[in-house]
Amino acid sequence: MRVLSYTYLALAYVFVFLPVVVLVVFSFQDGRLPIPPFKGVTLDWYAKVLGDDDLMAALLNSLMVAVVSSLVALVLGFLAAHALARVRLPGSVLMRGVLIAPMAVSYLIIALGLLTVFNSLGIRPSLWATGIGHVVINLPLCFAISYAAMGDHQKAAERAARDLGAAEWQVLALVSAPMLAAPLAAAFFLSVTFSWDEFIIAFLLTRFDVTLPVEIWSMLKSGLSPATNAVGSLVFLVSVTLVILLEIFVFRRAK
Amino acid sequence: MSLAAKDRRLGWGLIAPALIWTAAFFILPFLAMVALSFATMDGREVVRGFDPGNYVRIFSDPTMLGALWNSLEITVVVTVISVLLAYPLAAIIAFRVPARWQRLALLMAVLPFWTSYVVRSYSWLLVLGQNGVVNKALLGLGVIAEPLEIASTRAATVIGFVHFFVMLLTLTIYANLIQLSPNYARAAQDLGASRWQTFTHVILPLTLPGVVTGAFLTFVLCIGDYITPQILGGNTELTLPQLIMLQLGRSGNFPLASALSVVLMAVVTLAYFASSRWLRLDRV
Amino acid sequence: MTAGVSIERVSQRYGTATALDAVSLEIEAGEFVVLLGPSGCGKTTLLNIIGGFAEPTEGRVLIGGRDMAGVAPKDRPTTTVFQDYALFPHMSLRENVSFGLRMRGISRADRAAKADAMLALVGLEGRGDRRPHELSGGQRQRVALARALAVEPEVLLLDEPLGALDLKLRRQMQEELKAIQRRVGTTFVHVTHDQEEAMAIADRIVVMNAGRVEDFGPPREVYLRPKTLFTAGFMGEVNRVPVVGGHAPFGPVAVPDGTLCIRPEAISAKGSLHIGLCRVTEAAFFGTHVRAHVTPLAAPDLALLVHLPQSAAVEVGTLLDLGAEAFVVLTE
Repeated sequence: MRVLSYTYLALAYVFVFLPVVVLVVFSFQDGRLPIPPFKGVTLDWYAKVLGDDDLMAALLNSLMVAVVSSLVALVLGFLAAHALARVRLPGSVLMRGVLIAPMAVSYLIIALGLLTVFNSLGIRPSLWATGIGHVVINLPLCFAISYAAMGDHQKAAERAARDLGAAEWQVLALVSAPMLAAPLAAAFFLSVTFSWDEFIIAFLLTRFDVTLPVEIWSMLKSGLSPATNAVGSLVFLVSVTLVILLEIFVFRRAK
Repeated sequence: MSLAAKDRRLGWGLIAPALIWTAAFFILPFLAMVALSFATMDGREVVRGFDPGNYVRIFSDPTMLGALWNSLEITVVVTVISVLLAYPLAAIIAFRVPARWQRLALLMAVLPFWTSYVVRSYSWLLVLGQNGVVNKALLGLGVIAEPLEIASTRAATVIGFVHFFVMLLTLTIYANLIQLSPNYARAAQDLGASRWQTFTHVILPLTLPGVVTGAFLTFVLCIGDYITPQILGGNTELTLPQLIMLQLGRSGNFPLASALSVVLMAVVTLAYFASSRWLRLDRV
Repeated sequence: MTAGVSIERVSQRYGTATALDAVSLEIEAGEFVVLLGPSGCGKTTLLNIIGGFAEPTEGRVLIGGRDMAGVAPKDRPTTTVFQDYALFPHMSLRENVSFGLRMRGISRADRAAKADAMLALVGLEGRGDRRPHELSGGQRQRVALARALAVEPEVLLLDEPLGALDLKLRRQMQEELKAIQRRVGTTFVHVTHDQEEAMAIADRIVVMNAGRVEDFGPPREVYLRPKTLFTAGFMGEVNRVPVVGGHAPFGPVAVPDGTLCIRPEAISAKGSLHIGLCRVTEAAFFGTHVRAHVTPLAAPDLALLVHLPQSAAVEVGTLLDLGAEAFVVLTE
């Protein structure tokens, strides 16, 4: 059993890492095509990618959209979760359902719906439009994480703060948010990665200024190239660094 | 004003921004899309109205029915394979790997989850292509004489999807398994259950909500995805999202694209009701 | 600062269920009052209404003569020590204790000084930089008390604050609580279901049952002269003997008709109300006393519980001539 288990684990790792390893290895390919045989190591493709103004602009756009839309989603989700956890409101089950609903809807449908409305209102595709869409997809996540984290312990501390004279904004800022620091940070970073990686909404709702996934998509159209490998490897490096930092500083402490 | 009324007013104030956002940018657009699905095209102009023609066309045109069918087949196959592969992986990490290595084992198993979605599909193209790593390796080893045609087939789409969803499901199933008190399994075995009986009678039922929730998310994300089939499946057979994007791009037929989206939404809703008994969407 | 609390015909209903039924109470300024009763009797509901965490369906609450209708908890001259302490886990003890002062806009230096003084008052001198998770249950309890007292409330509300502590620590904390209350002079309203705790700390005890006040008085009064059968039974073990037409089952008694209530420790050989010869049916040594069940020879169906002196040499079958020293007759 033990041997079987570890064999399975090893095979799973091979499957999971195979494309990533191929991606990274051939980003150093000293040749025009990122496929075997491997012809030697060069950093030319990285130099080319880092010198590509369009790509760097797209990267900055993505970062901006991701951070701003995640912040908005986090604030909206946290406040809504706080309200539903604290006050008995009529129709609270329905409201919870409405706030969670976008989670169960394909991004393509959300994108097409927004495109329909923006078209008929004469709003042009832009990074703002994309950001609005990204708040829609991340709001359920931020709401659900915040809501699930609000236990009795939390409610008792909030009640004590109110009893000691705190106004509602003070309760939120001095007690609720700090007590939920770890889950809120997790919700924020998850939102950032989802927004950062999101393609279809950004593809349909941007035109001239685009986000990174859309820019990569247009690189793919010109066929296989080690340059695409280099971009992919860089994105992987950044994401993995972020995940590891998150693991060390947020989830470790949360336990 | 009474205290309860003040509390309620405050509650409404706190929840209003999120509700308004969801109503304005999710519900309203969805309704607008439904309305648009009943419009028709006159040349390149959209003519508003109430014409079910788009739906009639979807369910009579073999190309469109085919796309719907392809999407369903691929999604069901991907969901089943992913669950079957992810459950043992999650279980091995949760129960076999020593506690101090578990976080690391899990982190490693899902690390590529955090690469760019577009790039991940592209990477599989490098692996599975005619001159890709797999073919070169198999040819080099003499296992095959001719390169396999994997890229630009349904198999490639399924492999690309499974790769992504195995990681997603491993995460959610692991989270469920690790919450179980080891005393459940101990109690079952103490009462004479075999390992297998312990699994089927105790562990599996207890983790079922988590598995179903993960499978549902897999279903939703898979059936609505455009990138993976577009990059890996080629254009030999279309999925529903590819068909929708074709309508938007080539002909600018927004009404038909909307109708196709409504059908996609209907499929997801059916899946929701089929699994709602076990779904825990607010505790992902 | 201290203030009295007037509760005027307060009722609390949830749908058809009644948690409080027209409760009226006058709590004096500076008094240590304990709300005592079984779970579900309405004592916590009443405390929540005084604190402003719930609103009564009917009636009103006055604190220091001021009507509290529509006044939020934060604006009331009350603070609460919660059952689960509700300390802020992300703040040091000093920050916890000075939180209320911070909300009142007091300068950092002043509130730190006040917080340290309060921590000293509850015996946690010099631990201001610790965090709640580093403390034991009893210490957390003290911090919660210091935090609630730091804002100098007129009335301090305590919601089963000792419930989570083990017996020995609970007894010790009771004494400290009483001492601290005497020192600060604030009105304390304390909820508990433990009648020994109530007697140990209260100036006056409010006995509650099913949303009503059964009894209200000093511990001695409530224990020895209960006004209702419920109080008699809840405050401690009691023998209930029916009296009809001047006759108890064991013979004539010179008391009005009703239920004769006698505490087990009030039955002895020299009691003035004569019971007569009794046979011991069960006896056990309890350390401070001998606990025995006896049956009067004149009333073989009656079983009485008796606490005999430590020195009493009794065993099953022993005959004793007994009488009751203190008793009360309740007619209801």
